Amino acid sequence: MPDPAQDVLHYSATPQDAHQKGRRRWRPQWTARMALIPAMAITIFCFYGFIIWTFVISLTRSRLLPVYKFTGFDQYGRLFANERWWTAMQNLAIHGFLFIGGCIVFGYLLAILIDRGVKAEGLFRTVFMLPLSMSFIVTGVIWQWVMNPGLGLQEAVRALGWAGFEFNWIVRPDRSIYTLAIAGIWQQVGLCMALFLAGLRNIDPNIWKAARVDGIPVWRVYLHIITPMMRTVFFTVFILMSAIVMKAFDLVVALTGGGPGFSSDLPARFVVDHILNRQELGLGAAGAFVLLCTVIAVIAPYIYFELQKERSGRGH
Amino acid sequence: MRYNRLALYGLLGIAAIMILSPVFIMISTSLKSMDEIRNGSIFTLPADPGFAAWGKAWFGDCAKTLGDTCGGLSSSFMTSVKIVIPALFLSVGLGAITGYALAAWKMKGANVMFAALLVGMFIPPQVTLYPLIIMIRELGIFGTIPGLILVHVIWGVAFTTMMFRNFFKTVPEDLLKAARIDGAGFWPLFWHVMLPLSLPILGVAMILQFTYIWNDFLLGLTFGGRAGQPMTVALNNLVGSQFGEKEYNVDMAATMLTALPTLAVYLLSGRMFVRGIAAGAVKG
Repeated sequence: MPDPAQDVLHYSATPQDAHQKGRRRWRPQWTARMALIPAMAITIFCFYGFIIWTFVISLTRSRLLPVYKFTGFDQYGRLFANERWWTAMQNLAIHGFLFIGGCIVFGYLLAILIDRGVKAEGLFRTVFMLPLSMSFIVTGVIWQWVMNPGLGLQEAVRALGWAGFEFNWIVRPDRSIYTLAIAGIWQQVGLCMALFLAGLRNIDPNIWKAARVDGIPVWRVYLHIITPMMRTVFFTVFILMSAIVMKAFDLVVALTGGGPGFSSDLPARFVVDHILNRQELGLGAAGAFVLLCTVIAVIAPYIYFELQKERSGRGH
Repeated sequence: MRYNRLALYGLLGIAAIMILSPVFIMISTSLKSMDEIRNGSIFTLPADPGFAAWGKAWFGDCAKTLGDTCGGLSSSFMTSVKIVIPALFLSVGLGAITGYALAAWKMKGANVMFAALLVGMFIPPQVTLYPLIIMIRELGIFGTIPGLILVHVIWGVAFTTMMFRNFFKTVPEDLLKAARIDGAGFWPLFWHVMLPLSLPILGVAMILQFTYIWNDFLLGLTFGGRAGQPMTVALNNLVGSQFGEKEYNVDMAATMLTALPTLAVYLLSGRMFVRGIAAGAVKG
């Protein structure tokens, strides 16, 4: 470490000197840059690099191990000719519609009920969000038991006297996909409720005062005034739930195992199954890439929206 | 007006019962004997509650298995603990440092990098699964606990960075300037100013990462092998095995045991969990 006084005395504008001065002043900046290396390496290699790698594999005829013999888009052709894939994609649409719709409707209703000013609000909130702390595997196993046709809900209701009661969806190929939505909504409705409730609490209380003065019934205030004001919250909830739906893997595995047959299969499970168990690496990679494109199509507007928000926020 | 209040509490009560009944059924089934399960209804309380099924779920049933282990969840519980604790501290620590560097040190490209990292949170894990398998295999840690720890750090860093970066962005610029004029470098500013400030968000990130890592299934299934099997994978195997007669009380006891750690964290942490779950919901 040079003596500062000497530094002043011997000051000269040689490039080397300037460089040294610069380095001393900018040292923390360099440390900051070094500190970013691990996260940057993960982002570049493990996120984007691996996406490209998967795409490359999807262009080859790899089965058990990656073989870099390119066959163009043949795997995509096989994928789109694969009946199980289409079942899975169709299931994704059905499950997505029911799950997202159910979470939004029930979550919003619960949030409104709580927002009406109830005692023990904290208790209700804790109860509604309780399933969120459990894993999809736990949720799946619990609901598999509840919906067990031999000993579960069906038998319990029949024992209460309703002999013709039927709830055997979990073993019916034409109904098993709906059981996923039931278990999924049960688990995630609390999150939607919390997000909607936060939105409702941000509404200007003067709106309520004005509505009361005008004598507008409460339900109309919610329907015609509050709900349109909450559109960004609806948008956020929709995106979050879509992200969950498209990654849905654990819940299918634990609840129905994709069955009976492949009747409740989902694309995420199709991909894992083909990569890990079926030695169809190329086909699985193609499925994964199509899944990624679906995610991007839904998420891109959201990311754009968030970035716009941040940019305009900085402008002021 | 009174009827309105009554209807309000009625509806909330029904919703609460609907949410809680599967949990109630899980607990009550786990305390019943198989005879009672076969002859009774899932809604009835256990006539003679006992923890026999819990013991079987935890220690295994040595009469049934052929290997040297009895197949209980106790060993996978330990595996989960050994995965969660290091992965938790590493992912939160890396997220805190990265978030701090991105927020407090004006660097070119910091926002671009943050955006790139954020997008990473939305990537379905299936898309990068196979290359990650190759990487972990090349490192020689496939099927081991260190391998799973590394995978969890890789998958967790986007979320933890986002939490800390967004928090550190709210720290007043003047405070940072003052610290820098006093000559505080990168690490002193982090340890003495930023980290103490970030304690609330640190708590949120720890709670959420604990929940995510404990509840993970796909990574454990893919990278755990036999030695590194976490509890969720073991539970799924136990419930899915077609070995002998199905013991629903043991299944439910095992489910309860698997759910207990995160359930306890949730009930003890309350609001912190709620704060974090909204921010981290995009993560798979």
